[in-house]
Amino acid sequence: MDFFIQLFTNPVGFYNQHELLIAQIGINAILAIAIFVTFYSGQLTLANAGFMAIGAYTTVIMNLYLPTPLPVNMLAGALLAGLVSVVVGLPVLRLRGVFLAIATIGFVEALRLGVILNVPITGEGQGLKNPSADPLGGIVPILISLPILAYLVWRLTRTRLGQAWSAIREDELAASSNGINVPLYKMIAFIISAVLAGYAGALETHINFFVDPTEYGITRTIQILTFAVVGGTTNVFGPIVGAVFLTALPEIVRQFASYRDVVNGVILILVIIFRPQGIVGRGGLAIIRPRWWIRWKARERPAAAH
Amino acid sequence: MTQQVLNAIFIGSIYALFAVGYTLVFGVLDVLNLAHSAVFMLGAVITYSLVALHGMPFLPAAIIAVFVCGLLGLLIEFVALRPLRRRNAPPISALISTIGLALIFVAIVEQATPGTLFGWLWQDGANSVRFPAGTVPNPTYHLGGLTIEGTKLGILITSVVLMLVLGYVIRYTQIGRALRAVAENRRAATLLGINVDRIFASTLFLSSALGGLAGLLFGLAISDIGPYIGRDQVELKGLAVIVLGGMGSIPGAVLGGYLLGLIEVLAFVRFGSNVEAGVAFAALFLVLVLRPQGLFGARLRERL
Repeated sequence: MDFFIQLFTNPVGFYNQHELLIAQIGINAILAIAIFVTFYSGQLTLANAGFMAIGAYTTVIMNLYLPTPLPVNMLAGALLAGLVSVVVGLPVLRLRGVFLAIATIGFVEALRLGVILNVPITGEGQGLKNPSADPLGGIVPILISLPILAYLVWRLTRTRLGQAWSAIREDELAASSNGINVPLYKMIAFIISAVLAGYAGALETHINFFVDPTEYGITRTIQILTFAVVGGTTNVFGPIVGAVFLTALPEIVRQFASYRDVVNGVILILVIIFRPQGIVGRGGLAIIRPRWWIRWKARERPAAAH
Repeated sequence: MTQQVLNAIFIGSIYALFAVGYTLVFGVLDVLNLAHSAVFMLGAVITYSLVALHGMPFLPAAIIAVFVCGLLGLLIEFVALRPLRRRNAPPISALISTIGLALIFVAIVEQATPGTLFGWLWQDGANSVRFPAGTVPNPTYHLGGLTIEGTKLGILITSVVLMLVLGYVIRYTQIGRALRAVAENRRAATLLGINVDRIFASTLFLSSALGGLAGLLFGLAISDIGPYIGRDQVELKGLAVIVLGGMGSIPGAVLGGYLLGLIEVLAFVRFGSNVEAGVAFAALFLVLVLRPQGLFGARLRERL
């Protein structure tokens, strides 16, 4: 509760005390936007942690070895993630549903275990030191980027491109028979998502002095997925709300902080069962009546008629 | 080299046992049960807990652990899968709700230290432990230059026998026929008077019991028991195995398990341990892209 009281009574003090949390919330929100784009086009891709790694490593390696300024390095990281997404997307996006999810998880782990841990320039298992990181200054670009990206993606969902994504999500066959180039639009969503994730990875390196390969594995992937599911994917603000809520949660309920994953798991199950549209999204709770409840009700009614 | 192939067969039979449970649920229920790796971990943890903390002999401890894992399968069915089925939710939802359960299972073990709520189950937090020495007699045989450990031989025999029994049950018994009917066409099976919900519950029980058994055998053979063994060691490899063998196909999962064991050992011998870790995912990725029906599946729809 102190958390909220401070947030409203003393926002400046709150900001100073929780700077790193705010930065992390911002990064997670950008990642949530990234996974939203693919969700919105009806694809469950779990490759974002991999693209994040590409963005992060590219930025740090360029910082270390090239004289280029930091913003250029970050953009290069994001663009390289986009480039890789084309190569990965061409074969993978033919898959659907669970198979797509598995293939993209395979990509994430193959990238981490196969490439990052085996190429000397990435520091292999030890990770990379990033001496030019600036934890306090790094928050500024995060807080500036987030609303801009959210706005851009929100606008994008209202263009013809966004309509095409919706059509594909609702019914791929119908979309393609209406002349929508399904593979193309899926690929566009995948690339945008990869660039956003790469950019988030690049931003994150700027608030950490260290790039750790274990950060970019399946755990991260599932965390990002959780933001989208809990927030809901009917519009771009759902995943952002999910990211903010779930990142701040361990701070809000400090006494449960060590049981954070239990709380996360319970929230995930409750949301997927009772509010499949997410926290943000129209409609009330989906009520599921257990069979014994229906039977009990059916038995009760004739008795009441007497 | 022959020694390495032998190791490949040992680790392969654990992969196969784990993946059979995975693929069984996918074949019958059409959902990917991502809590399976957490049940695998609990199989090892519960056995360890009974042996090391409660002083039970190994065999009854193992039997209890396998049974408890089966019950956990029922928990997965009732908490994470059945409510979604009632609502006709897309299969992806089940993927997410089982991730939720897996998070809970892992976090419970990871946070358990002496004196906490789950101190009776686990006392080592995030650390990894091994069975106390002498839990299981482990004679070593030497055969023409090969070294065979008794436990590993026992594991191989146990898993092969169990997989044969499972194959028999699914092919030739009443419940196996019902299982295949449900996997083939849920609605037609209902019309034929099969209680589909009961079949789903038994599938989850069977699959999770096998998963738990695979976990405790893993703990015994690799001497590594801890909250992350499921997530780090077999979850994604299990996915690779069932994709290699064709999703939902039990013979495919068995062959895929041994194949992955072999691929890994060869990669280790040829390129070292760093490549060994990544090779499963490279294989997974390649098979999905080039041959999504799996190496042995003729058609995508052929199951069990």
